[in-house]
Amino acid sequence: MTAAIIILTSLALIFGLALGYASIRFRLEGNPVADQIEALLPQTQCAQCGYPGCRPYAEAIAADEVDINRCPPGGEAGIKQLADLLGKNPIPLDADAGIEKALPEVAIIHEDICIGCTKCIQACPVDAILGAAKKMHTIIAAECTGCELCIPPCPVDCIDMIPVSIDLTNWQSDKPVPITIISKQLTSADNAGEAVA
Amino acid sequence: MDHSSIENIGKHLHNFPGGLKLKHYKALSCSKPLPAQQLPLSQEYIIPVSQHLGRPAEIIVSPGQQVKKGQPLSVPGNASSTPGAYVHAPTSGEIVAIEQRPVPHPSGLNSTCIILRADGKDDWIELEPVTDYRQLSRQQLIQRVQMAGIVGLGGAVFPTDIKLQGGAGSIDTLILNGAECEPYISCDETLMKQDPEKIIQGALILSQVLNIKRVLVAIEDPMDACYQKLQTSIKTLGAADCIKVVRVPMLYPEGGERQLIQVLSGTEVPAGKLPVSMGILVLNVATAAAIKDAIIDGKPLIERLVTVTGAGICEPQNVVARIGTPIADLISFCGGYTPGIASLVMGGPLMGIGLQSDSLPIIKASNCILALTHADISSPQVEMPCINCGDCVGVCPAGLLPQTLQMVIRAENFEALEELNLDACIECGCCDYICPSHIPLVDYFRYGKSEQRVRTVERKQSDLAKLRFDRREKRLAKQQTERRARHLKRKQALAGSSDKKDSVAAAIARAKARKQALTTTPRDSDSNTDSGEQS
Repeated sequence: MTAAIIILTSLALIFGLALGYASIRFRLEGNPVADQIEALLPQTQCAQCGYPGCRPYAEAIAADEVDINRCPPGGEAGIKQLADLLGKNPIPLDADAGIEKALPEVAIIHEDICIGCTKCIQACPVDAILGAAKKMHTIIAAECTGCELCIPPCPVDCIDMIPVSIDLTNWQSDKPVPITIISKQLTSADNAGEAVA
Repeated sequence: MDHSSIENIGKHLHNFPGGLKLKHYKALSCSKPLPAQQLPLSQEYIIPVSQHLGRPAEIIVSPGQQVKKGQPLSVPGNASSTPGAYVHAPTSGEIVAIEQRPVPHPSGLNSTCIILRADGKDDWIELEPVTDYRQLSRQQLIQRVQMAGIVGLGGAVFPTDIKLQGGAGSIDTLILNGAECEPYISCDETLMKQDPEKIIQGALILSQVLNIKRVLVAIEDPMDACYQKLQTSIKTLGAADCIKVVRVPMLYPEGGERQLIQVLSGTEVPAGKLPVSMGILVLNVATAAAIKDAIIDGKPLIERLVTVTGAGICEPQNVVARIGTPIADLISFCGGYTPGIASLVMGGPLMGIGLQSDSLPIIKASNCILALTHADISSPQVEMPCINCGDCVGVCPAGLLPQTLQMVIRAENFEALEELNLDACIECGCCDYICPSHIPLVDYFRYGKSEQRVRTVERKQSDLAKLRFDRREKRLAKQQTERRARHLKRKQALAGSSDKKDSVAAAIARAKARKQALTTTPRDSDSNTDSGEQS
């Protein structure tokens, strides 16, 4: 009886110490779930989700404070990825947050209207606007995420969003559309036709 | 790397997996020698500035400017991160416009083109021929190759100078690829028959640039005439100890860089690595000939041999065409279209790209213009479900699993593509050709590849955005703490000073004095000037 109590107590003590040590020694810095979520977010930093950037939104999702459908730039594909990661059901994009754009966009400053007030520079979350007070501003297109945060502060409405132009460098081939049987005529032609040798 | 296989390269022939035996149709265009009559000058040349793999070149001419034949029109710029190549004027004349025009590209999109109106004089710019290229250093030779705008003429159009630069010291074998394996195309065969000395001279220059003693010229088995001619010119140029001609069996896609290396060495180039990692450099025979022109004659790359062939052409033949020549001019030189013409392809029937019109220009990559008739093309086939027959696996020269890839791409499971090595696909079209269900496999692979590419770019952009966002947050936080510290310091300084009241009083006095000074200035004159400005 006493032997059993002693053995069990000492075992509990040993394991307790081991666990206590491990919790200090192998402590995880940061929030790994939030890191994984953040990696799936588009990093537009547009704040349309209601949080001041992608990281805060990721942390909020990790803490289960908010739904996964509040990121318009990520769109339906992004929601699906988040749902896969978190084991949730994909839900449609929350229209309150915004709508998904068909084409990626970048901001452009109409330089003849710009008065050089620097308000957009302060608003840009990724420092993609170049300029100084009373000097013309311009957007560094390669670094613009298309978040539209620079548009509301502009006092002279000189900022527009334009779709990223498609050229030979960023052209994408389409997914093949399978030819389906359209009419009887076509199928009979198929049977008659022969492959190129 | 298996060194013994490199030592014995070309001595024994090996096999690559898969491949197809195809009917060749080469005799259509290749039976006759090159026409004695040259292609007449076109009225207008359309010269796209991005004909090579990489960044478009920077245009250095402007509309209205007179240029001479061989004058550079655009330069690669100085950013070293992406390759670029020079583009030259194909004849003398006036630059009439720089505008967006359709170019031969699978997208059918427009691209920036320089439009040159020929003046008919065809005046060369002052050339700088070299009497003895052996006097030039490696760097000088590579620079001349770059200035001549030479790119891989087999179709990949990668800037050759970058290929040569990258192979510094690590190359020990150069393979000149004359194994033109796609049906119909015969421009390399014609070049080897007509100008074997040019190729061998190019090979000698390249062996000096790369400092190597082993050059293999790979040709296909049935090219007997080429073999004899190349051997003769090797003898006359006294290059028998370093240049060897190897005949490889005829099997599509043997002319693929990786497949050719596997046939010659028995070793597969590892996926994701370049042949350079094995000490091998592969260039097209036409590229070697262009290098001879560039170094010895000082001529930039402004023309190339083009096969104009197919049942849709009246007189199929090989033609020396200048870069920028409208394809229609080439076709009319070859007697025009036959009545049954159905479609126009740039390149071969398996890997070529469909052209929307014959007003598109010849570019550095145009090895063949193929006009097909209705009889050549099968009617659009209904795509049937994959029956897992495995035929595509059997013919894939890269050893991939086309059926699995196709299913994964169809399901848009792009993460899985990396494991299945989609990158290794050379889009040769063997699987497409053999598929009994008529599945457009290569179309799926192209879609999958471009989707992968876009994802990589997006990932890069979002990483950059995150980095810049984090840096900005840090900077703002730092500024705020600094401001707080400054305020605190000032407050403390004010609270700490014993004569605080005195200083406050002094400040009030100063302000009063300033106000006094302002009010004493005559206000009337101010208002006068204001109204004066308004009127």
